Amino acid sequence: MNTPLDNPVLRVEDLEVRYGNLAVPAVNRVNFEVRRGEILGLVGESGCGKSTAAMSILRLLHPPGRVTHGRVLLDGIDLLAMGTREHRALCWKTISLVPQGAMNALNPVLRVENQIADAIAAHEDTRSKGPLTPRINELLALVGLPSRVRRLYPHELSGGMRQRVCIAMAVALRPPLVIADEPTSALDVVVQRVVAQSLLDIKNRLGNSMLLIGHDMGLMAQLADRVAIMYAGRLVEIAPVADVFRAPRHPYTRQLIESTPTIGQRRPLAVNEGGPPGLGTRTAGCPFAPRCPHAMPRCANEPPAMAQCGEDWQAACHWSAQP
Amino acid sequence: MSVPSWINAKLVAGSTVILFVVMLGLLGPWIWDTTQARVASCPLNLPPYGFSPPNLTFQPAQLAHPLGTESSGRDMLAVLITGTPNSLLVGTIAAGIGIVIGTLLGLTAGFMGGWVGTLIRVMSDAIITIPSLVVLIVISSYVREISLTSMGLLLALFAWPGTTRTVYAQTLSLRERGYVQMARLSGASTLSIMVFELLPNLMPYLAACFTASVSGNILAATGLEALGLGPSRIPTLGMAISNAVRGAAILRGMWWWWGLPIAMLILIFSGLFLITIGLDEVANPRLRRSEGNAR
Amino acid sequence: MSTMRGSSLAYLIRRLAMFALTIWLGLTLMFLIPRMAPGDPIAAMVARISSQAGRVENSEQMIQAWRTRFGLDAPLYQQYGRYLWNSLHFDLGYSMAYFPMKVEDLVRAGMPWTLALLSIATVLSFLVGSTLGALMGWPASPRALRLVLPAALCFTSIPPFMLGILLIYVFAFGLRWFPFAGAYAHEFPPGRNLDFVFSAVHHGILPATAIVVTTMGFWALGMRAMMVTTSGEDYMILAQAKGLRPRRLFWMYGVRNAILPQVTSLALSIGGIAGGSVLVEYIFTYPGMGYLLYQGIVNNDYALIQGMTSILIIGVATAVLIVDLAYPLLDPRIRRGDL
Repeated sequence: MNTPLDNPVLRVEDLEVRYGNLAVPAVNRVNFEVRRGEILGLVGESGCGKSTAAMSILRLLHPPGRVTHGRVLLDGIDLLAMGTREHRALCWKTISLVPQGAMNALNPVLRVENQIADAIAAHEDTRSKGPLTPRINELLALVGLPSRVRRLYPHELSGGMRQRVCIAMAVALRPPLVIADEPTSALDVVVQRVVAQSLLDIKNRLGNSMLLIGHDMGLMAQLADRVAIMYAGRLVEIAPVADVFRAPRHPYTRQLIESTPTIGQRRPLAVNEGGPPGLGTRTAGCPFAPRCPHAMPRCANEPPAMAQCGEDWQAACHWSAQP
Repeated sequence: MSVPSWINAKLVAGSTVILFVVMLGLLGPWIWDTTQARVASCPLNLPPYGFSPPNLTFQPAQLAHPLGTESSGRDMLAVLITGTPNSLLVGTIAAGIGIVIGTLLGLTAGFMGGWVGTLIRVMSDAIITIPSLVVLIVISSYVREISLTSMGLLLALFAWPGTTRTVYAQTLSLRERGYVQMARLSGASTLSIMVFELLPNLMPYLAACFTASVSGNILAATGLEALGLGPSRIPTLGMAISNAVRGAAILRGMWWWWGLPIAMLILIFSGLFLITIGLDEVANPRLRRSEGNAR
Repeated sequence: MSTMRGSSLAYLIRRLAMFALTIWLGLTLMFLIPRMAPGDPIAAMVARISSQAGRVENSEQMIQAWRTRFGLDAPLYQQYGRYLWNSLHFDLGYSMAYFPMKVEDLVRAGMPWTLALLSIATVLSFLVGSTLGALMGWPASPRALRLVLPAALCFTSIPPFMLGILLIYVFAFGLRWFPFAGAYAHEFPPGRNLDFVFSAVHHGILPATAIVVTTMGFWALGMRAMMVTTSGEDYMILAQAKGLRPRRLFWMYGVRNAILPQVTSLALSIGGIAGGSVLVEYIFTYPGMGYLLYQGIVNNDYALIQGMTSILIIGVATAVLIVDLAYPLLDPRIRRGDL
């Protein structure tokens, strides 16, 4: 019998991505899975490799970036091993993307309906299925947009509306997995909440899984089922979101949680002591050790491996692994 | 690498070409008798040395005139040596004045904005739309005798709007950058911000504008001269082309008469063009990247 | 939506104002030039006409027409007003060289040739050059296409009329494939028949090639740069993720956006292209407006020079206006929102 646990939608195995000839990989042997119907948050500071990992899964990595190791299994099929043509035929149907909120992700010269229709027409024989208009209206309704938006151009929409169009476009082919890359960044707070709610509604209505990339633990708490924390290209902790908030095992996770602004009070950012190491410098031990309040002599020499530290809970930290 | 990163192959190649042309003009008179650029100083219609005449009515080539002579008895090598610097000079005068006016107006428009900025922008757009060569033709046809310098001044009338547009656009984008804002907050005067903060950042754009403008103005000058509207007593490459066209050189098979000045001009244009795109790549690193490692 | 309509109306008004301003500026220049030139050229001109008048019938009438056109006795502002009024009504006076023809008759004879040559050559050059440039700037293009770049650069630095001379030498004088002068063979006068059309095309190929080949590289370079920029845009990445067919990606997401600045640049270049074509017509003795302008210079026919120039200025401004008004069709950000 297949339980959601042993039949994940997406399994990332030992993924390693390098930029050019830099000494340290941008994504360093990362393993995680996205389970059926769940939202997995992938969290870290900018530059930690989370977006690079997402782009690798989508095969949108641009040179000089390249995947140097690992597999990306979607329902057991390795996406990275496919031919370009084969992958193109499969891509939006299996994994789609909701881009960063700050991006001009919509083509400025095409109407909303044409951009959604493009995604459908690239993968279906649209002639046999009748007119697309009702389908597009339905998709827009799914994200709470009126059908007149169909005929508009991107510049006639607000940032939040544009982002919701992107969400509608992402689910146009009902893919089992949607990757949302900082979907609420650069939107104002009220709009952020609307967009986040749209994502959650969509997931609940359509039952798709979602990989949610972000740096904001608050958003993760609101949306994600589990979170995976990345630091300097490595996964440092992965666990159900409630557990992580209750008792984070990795000191970096703790700092991330403490830096989250809560309504009414804004605590000073605790993570800001220094920054993550650059990609040019190789570190022998734990990359977080220089910023870690609990660093031990061992941390400087021996990189910690991901270890089970509870049911459905893994972390890579010498300090928290101590008895 | 020890070579500064902004030096690229195009810049080096273009500069080499232009340097060669300038040296030809500077050193030529020392090695070659340039009085032979005058009418009736040589035998007529000789083909370049090593080439056979187009037909039997021509004399065979002589080593004394290695690039041949034309129908008024001018030696083509002497014509090139005397004409090239004059053509370069006209272009440089016009471009130099154009770039100064254009930069001043562009900076003013970009930095002051308001109605002054609008006026400058609208005027430069309107003047770009007017076919300048046609207007210059008319002016030259009224002023039948013109000196090299006045021709440069005349061309400068239409040489500034392109620079104004570029400088204006760049100033707008630079103005919002941090360091300009900082200078403003620290109470620096508008003039000092323009000179010390904006101008250095505009240099690659200005250099590219300048070389493009030299090229454009040599072209315009040559066009006027080819129509017979240039200075009639000063030899230029355009005048050589004009003489060739009027002397029916094309249909008489005298390719060297028109071909050599044209080849020289194309050499100049290519050199300036290489410098321009080389400087463009310095100014916009994005273009540079696209060549090397696009997939 | 009302703000959308407002912005497009503002655009229309701005373009029309630019159109009027350009024409006014150009015509004013044309009015000032003879009056600012050293040595009172108008007096000299009238004297020259009188000296030439001996061999022309109706010379009195011509001189009188000339005098009224310049209104030399009236105050300057009246001269200016009358000049603008006449120019805008295409009342350009009598030609001296082709007396008793009026300048407007000569314009009417030359205009179709120039219009056809220039519009065909410009559109062809723009389309072919931009397509080449788009392919050069597209990351997925075959590498061999990069070899086109040096060729494009090379031809960009040759002025059209110089290439024209070369073309005449090779294809008209050497190979005898094409005629070296004129716009049609004299045995096939203009009319609605195929002989004339073929003859006109045969005569037009070399001058058109001179313009197309030398200007194409400019469009290719501009488009290449824009395409490089466009292919890094966010919407391009999302479109790639959508799995669109490469052709759709190239045309509707790449070219469709990269072409916009090219159109703006087309509007700005029309003046230069028209100027350059004067020389091309001169080299090919092509009976368009540029060649007539040259005739005016050779014959000291100032009425012809003034008239031709005014029409060229108005014509270029009109072409620019057409391109400017077509621009919103390509860029919805300027288009009326409620269409």
